[in-house]
Amino acid sequence: MVEKKQPKVQVRNLTKKFGDLLVLNDISFDVQAGEFLCIVGPTGCGKTTFLNSLTKLYEPTAGEILLDGEPVDLKKHNIAYIFQEYSTMPWLTVEENVRFGLDIKGVEKQKANKLVDEYLDIVGLTKYRKYYPDQLSASMLQRVVIARAFATQPELLLMDEPYGQLDIQLRYHLEDELISLWQRTGTTVIFITHNIEEAVYLGQRILVLTNKPTSIKQAIDNDLPRPRKIASPDFVKLRNEVTDLIKWW
Amino acid sequence: MKKHKYTVISVCSFLIVLIIWQLVTDVFHLVSPIMLPSPTTILKTFWYKLTGGTVPDGSSLIQNILSSLKIALGGYVVGVVIGVPLGIGMAWSRRFELFAKPLFDIIRPVPALAWIPLMILWLGIGYASKVGIIFFAAFISATVNSYTGIRQTSQVHLWVGKTFGATNRQLLFKVALPTALPMIFTGLRLALGSAWVALVAAEMLAATSGLGYMIQISRLLGRPDVIIVGMITIGFVGLLLNTVLEQLQKRFVRRGKKHD
Repeated sequence: MVEKKQPKVQVRNLTKKFGDLLVLNDISFDVQAGEFLCIVGPTGCGKTTFLNSLTKLYEPTAGEILLDGEPVDLKKHNIAYIFQEYSTMPWLTVEENVRFGLDIKGVEKQKANKLVDEYLDIVGLTKYRKYYPDQLSASMLQRVVIARAFATQPELLLMDEPYGQLDIQLRYHLEDELISLWQRTGTTVIFITHNIEEAVYLGQRILVLTNKPTSIKQAIDNDLPRPRKIASPDFVKLRNEVTDLIKWW
Repeated sequence: MKKHKYTVISVCSFLIVLIIWQLVTDVFHLVSPIMLPSPTTILKTFWYKLTGGTVPDGSSLIQNILSSLKIALGGYVVGVVIGVPLGIGMAWSRRFELFAKPLFDIIRPVPALAWIPLMILWLGIGYASKVGIIFFAAFISATVNSYTGIRQTSQVHLWVGKTFGATNRQLLFKVALPTALPMIFTGLRLALGSAWVALVAAEMLAATSGLGYMIQISRLLGRPDVIIVGMITIGFVGLLLNTVLEQLQKRFVRRGKKHD
């Protein structure tokens, strides 16, 4: 990848210990503005700890994370985080859930209405806007969460195995939807998964992590043309390459 | 059709009890009316008291109900107004919890009735001491349930709020309180139940009216029919109050209580 001006995200010597247990070991990397970065690693390698440290939900033990050259401040920077668990609020309707981030950020009402309408439409939930989460299927819930994240027009979107709980067909569908949203909005995405195929399908660049204590094993550029074909020889070749990196422990 | 059938079954149990009761009292005279009056006697007494009869305790049934409500609701409101914020505060702020919870944990297992002697000593035997006793009965349930409700807030929901840049206040009002609302309402209902239960005991303190008083005095006067009328009334008013709160809960707590 050609160096651009200032990287969107700079992670410098990120280290996290829980007591004596070293989970993240001196991780450094950059993410360019508008990049779609996938991070893969073996299960239990601390991927979630990694994202949570990145967003300061966990206080890092050492190191720093800069967004546009400044330390991450959730109150100032516009970040959205899509969690592995279902995270819709059961007491809010679909549209209220999508509005949640906008309300927190104090977005003016008319503008918020417009954004909610727009993103409900994009994820195909306009018909269900008055429904409550317990009336929706798993894939619809995940769409609500994606609409909620994109509605705040984040400069950085973090995703932690968002599709881990979905069956394969829905996953393909939502992955394509995600790519088109990303292309449309130009937001920077860090996407964590343990699913190698998913990483190769989505990422412009793939960071492969090691087992605990976690560090970066290798970064791989992925410029396969989109829409990607999971059965094409190039795709399979790259997938095997990543698989070998992960298998080696 | 099926629902109908179930109602019939439930009504049957009532009828059977009433019929046996009537048989052993007024029909075959197996039980002395001083011990257990018949259902028809009770019905007559109930009608008499309801239509303004003041014998033997000096007040009509309505007057007694109002007098009891004044005490129960007085203590209840104070208990809830202090208990709910206390529970929320202890669950939300670690520091406040460290400060207040040990004290609360000592007060919590003390039955409301154990406060009677101190209440009399401090507040005399008037309205205030009765309200004080009810207060403790209501306060504990209100606090415990509000505390538990806030504690059920899901970590992921808090994280969602935090990553969107929510302040502590926003997290409390937009995430924790909506999560806790069903539990807080349960607390309000349990508190009302406890308050109503403590009523009879509170009215042992030199009362001149009230349902508890009516029951007490009727024992001395050998009027078991009035005692039973009093008991049934306490039951019905309690049920009514609970239904009112249930309706409020249905209106204010929105669907989707299920947590994943």
